[in-house]
Amino acid sequence: MSAMQSNGPVAVVFHTLVVVFMLAPLVVICLVAFTPANTLTLPTTQLSLRWFAAVFDHPDFVASFVNSLWVAAISATIAVALAVSAGLALDRYEFYGRGALNALFLSPLMIPHLVLGVALLRMFALIGATGSFVWLSLGHIVVVTPYVLRLVLSAFSGLDRSVEQAAVTLGASRWTVFRRITVPMILPGITGGWLLAFINSFDELTMSIFVTSPATVTLPVRMYMYATESIDPMMAAVSALMIALTAAAMLLLDRIFGLDKILVGEG
Amino acid sequence: MSGARASWPPNWTPWLLALPGTALFAALVLLPLALTFALSFHVYDPATGVQDQVTLAHYIAVVTDDYFLTIFWRTLRLAALTTLICAVIGAPEAYILSRMRQPWRAIFLLAIIGPLLVSVVVRTFGWSMLLGPAGLINDAFRFFGIGTVRLLYTETAIVIGLVHVMLPFMVIPVWTSLQKLDPMVEAAAWTLGASRFTALRRVVMPQVTMGLLSGSLVVFGLSASAFAMPALLGGRRLKVAATVVYDQYMNELNWPLGAAIAIIVLVVNLIIMLAYHRAVETRARRTLG
Repeated sequence: MSAMQSNGPVAVVFHTLVVVFMLAPLVVICLVAFTPANTLTLPTTQLSLRWFAAVFDHPDFVASFVNSLWVAAISATIAVALAVSAGLALDRYEFYGRGALNALFLSPLMIPHLVLGVALLRMFALIGATGSFVWLSLGHIVVVTPYVLRLVLSAFSGLDRSVEQAAVTLGASRWTVFRRITVPMILPGITGGWLLAFINSFDELTMSIFVTSPATVTLPVRMYMYATESIDPMMAAVSALMIALTAAAMLLLDRIFGLDKILVGEG
Repeated sequence: MSGARASWPPNWTPWLLALPGTALFAALVLLPLALTFALSFHVYDPATGVQDQVTLAHYIAVVTDDYFLTIFWRTLRLAALTTLICAVIGAPEAYILSRMRQPWRAIFLLAIIGPLLVSVVVRTFGWSMLLGPAGLINDAFRFFGIGTVRLLYTETAIVIGLVHVMLPFMVIPVWTSLQKLDPMVEAAAWTLGASRFTALRRVVMPQVTMGLLSGSLVVFGLSASAFAMPALLGGRRLKVAATVVYDQYMNELNWPLGAAIAIIVLVVNLIIMLAYHRAVETRARRTLG
């Protein structure tokens, strides 16, 4: 790549400013979380873990955190099952309505979460399902399935079909081929999709805010409600924990699937 | 196993495979949207709630009442401004990234796109700390003798927050379209005597235009329906379409009016997304043809 000119000084300054802009709010949160003071100030003389301890004195935050973990794990798992099954149909078969099905499964990416939220609220109210954990999870499944489906479809399209055909020739049943050949070959897509779905569900605010009840409040919704009333360093501690969790998931995703491939994807 | 063709008798396997997902999406996307569409035409009575009579009153109220018109205008203005700023920052940044060497390229791409995965509540909270009267930005202003500037709970704060959320959505498509550009072509332009500016304008820009267009459409659509940033950085007084929908549903309890505004937000978004797909298809056809 000798033809590639390096960036000039103006470009380097511009780039530095953009990176600072993108990371500033996250860095500030992580620093303020360690403040020993009672206000949102950067720690100057010493670091303290008191606000992390304070999080665990708030049972409502702990309960919301557990809620979020459950909703995210359940919806990611079911979304993977739905996406693999639907992905098989979309990838392997040409049938009437295939395009429409594809559009239906990807539609939550085009519908603002706000609109999905009020729409689900209306339906849940009509069938008397408001505030139920199951229906909240179903809402999350709908939101995260498109992300999994895109990864699963790209895994299917990169799969070497001749290995499957060899197994069939050697007498394997269709189920055995699926279990022993297809699934292991698309496993990076499945695990990457699961993690991406987990993160997206764990972070989801705008739809959840309409369909959670006091008993099923997820962590982002709890944080939102807390932030509209008061702001203290505990919010910074909770946020820092969320950033840490997201960063861990991100590193895992990078290892499994390549983060650039997932985020930049098929442009 | 090669059967990638519609045949007779119809093959039911794909439908069986897609059935669970289809049922779920029909029940939790199509049906609720249809119900909300219907709800937006129902009469609302503050004393007794939603009535059975059908009316267009909510849509008429929304497009004639100054209160709502101000809010729609603000929503569109902020979304347009966010889109413009994202384009001005995102396109050069993608270009700079594409000219970097590994491993810096991968590291900085992660630094710019990674925040996408952090919850929007967390990012909003970070900005409210930075922009507040006692925040780092005002500390800097005071240090340079500018004095304290009111930033939090202004439209400026909303735009800053939105740009932070939307910038990755601009960098990604521009980056993708730059990946298809052979760096040798730009170098060839220099060799043939073109100035760096001419090479940028005549070689790089045409390649980037489609990425810039699709990025702009996505950023505009997402900005116009954003909820958390305007709600937390704009405060209670600066409403946008999304926060008004929230108010109507959760505080005023006038669901039909809220539904009407939500449907308008949805239709605007769908039009933008259709334009986006049209743009992507045109690009695909041009690359193929």
